[in-house]
Amino acid sequence: MSATAGEHGAAQPREMWTGQVGFILSAIGSAVGLGNIWRFPGVAYENGGGAFLIPYLVALVTAGIPILFLDYALGHRFRGAAPTAFRRLGGGRLKWLESLGWFQVMICFVIALYYTVVIAWAASYFVFSFDLRWGDDTAGFLVGEYLQVGDPGFSFTFVPAVLIPLVIIWIAAIVVLAFGVARGVQRINVIFLPLLVVAFAALVIRSLFLDGAGDGLNALFTPDFSALADPNVWIAAYSQIFFSLSIAFGIMITYASYRKRRANLTTPGLVVAFANSSFEILAGIGVFATLGFFAFQQGVDVAELEGLTGVGLSFITFPAIVSQMPGGPIFGILFFGSLAMAGFTSLLSVLQVVSAGFQEKFGLSPRQAATRVGIVSMLLSVLLFSTTTGLIALDTVDNWANNIGIVLSAVLAGIFAFWVLRKGPELRYHLNAVSTFRVGGVWTLLAGILAPIVLGYMLIQRIVSLLVEGYGGYPEWYLAVVGWGTVVFFIVAALVLTGVRWRRSPDAFRPWPPLPERMSQADATTTTEGGRS
Amino acid sequence: MTGTAIFFLVLAIVLVWGGFTVSVLALSRKPDRHDFPPGGEDDHREDIGPVERDT
Repeated sequence: MSATAGEHGAAQPREMWTGQVGFILSAIGSAVGLGNIWRFPGVAYENGGGAFLIPYLVALVTAGIPILFLDYALGHRFRGAAPTAFRRLGGGRLKWLESLGWFQVMICFVIALYYTVVIAWAASYFVFSFDLRWGDDTAGFLVGEYLQVGDPGFSFTFVPAVLIPLVIIWIAAIVVLAFGVARGVQRINVIFLPLLVVAFAALVIRSLFLDGAGDGLNALFTPDFSALADPNVWIAAYSQIFFSLSIAFGIMITYASYRKRRANLTTPGLVVAFANSSFEILAGIGVFATLGFFAFQQGVDVAELEGLTGVGLSFITFPAIVSQMPGGPIFGILFFGSLAMAGFTSLLSVLQVVSAGFQEKFGLSPRQAATRVGIVSMLLSVLLFSTTTGLIALDTVDNWANNIGIVLSAVLAGIFAFWVLRKGPELRYHLNAVSTFRVGGVWTLLAGILAPIVLGYMLIQRIVSLLVEGYGGYPEWYLAVVGWGTVVFFIVAALVLTGVRWRRSPDAFRPWPPLPERMSQADATTTTEGGRS
Repeated sequence: MTGTAIFFLVLAIVLVWGGFTVSVLALSRKPDRHDFPPGGEDDHREDIGPVERDT
């Protein structure tokens, strides 16, 4: 058996979604993840309640949707995963822009390593829900009995209760990826997404009839307009939209590249963006109605409750609520089942970015990429995150990968696409040439100027905060190695992978549709001027 | 629930779920353009696909 591909080898047709609905469901499945359920409600509550709706919607319209369109335009016009798309965007002058694509692929690679662990926890808690195994002390159960958390550091003491579901989740993800985009990723999304909506809707309806539900909703939706004067509230809104939509780290570039050339981009993008936010509102209602019940049971105010976001909300507060609730096991099954399904469909999108990047660079089939990338990832994931130090490592890596890695990637993408290469008009032309919802010059302003400035401010603020205040009370040496080390890994791996020779060069490529003559001439002038400078 | 909280709950639903509904309706009424520029047939010659192997 010999490989016939290479510079002169034949390429099989690029994989494609079966149609518009398959793409939209997969993109929504990617966007709707753990953050929609465990992050949005708490963030909204802590940042002005009902008034948070204003910065949230402003952020959606001025940054979320414009960057989503930018990702779609890059992936669809340049027809490749992030490394291919950025290399082709750079053209002859900036081929090394491929490294920005690999930077995004590496972010996905690292996120997949720990995201799988959280899904494994959710799957375990799904099973624990049947007999409410966490007992009365849910915090003690999570940290002690289940995760067996030790001190920050590196441990090789594996926790079987985490390791076993983790391996099962990895095998499931590898199998789905091996089936390819249409028969694997799309098919799972088409099944899981409706199931997720039905399960979560059932949970929300149940929560609305609990004692104290109204108090919970009061806490979430009563506006505090004074919060709007606080810049941090606006930053929180932009962060929430940004992290929730799966933008700027290769996912939507990769997903858009699997659409046929003559495919509508912007209107499906609006459907995806609003569907994601719709699920967040649904999650907010369900979570706070349930927290209202918990406060009622404790005889306290909702404001006095702790653990309203993240791991604390899902794996400490919610199990405690489920234990006190009539029909608690069913509620727990719905909640943790929803969490696992939402997480799994998002995980597939993260892994597809890695798989697609390696397929294109090294000429691998989906099955080869899924097994090779998947097995390496599974081993690393088990080594790093299924041990007694897994929770601390996860918390640290997640903070740096998201707040530094993804935000930096978004800022760089905006600067290179709009400021250095001045491809804004070309990308806008592409969106309008294939889509039913036309974007105007304001899109260029939002995606090319406002978004990089806001995100750049967020990035600097976060870097300063991490350098000055540290994070989570962890030792400085640990944050240097695991936190900043993660960012160094992104950069080094991106540069190394950019330096590796392509199995089949992606450079002989002409984007469709070609630019109209007036734009080509302007583009050529810009290129020449750029070359001179 | 207080009147203010109900108002903002309804407002959130109307704006966000309304945005979702309007975009779904817009897409179902016009799923694709009918006036694409010439070309753009997916003949894959310029795509990167998986390596083809003989046996």
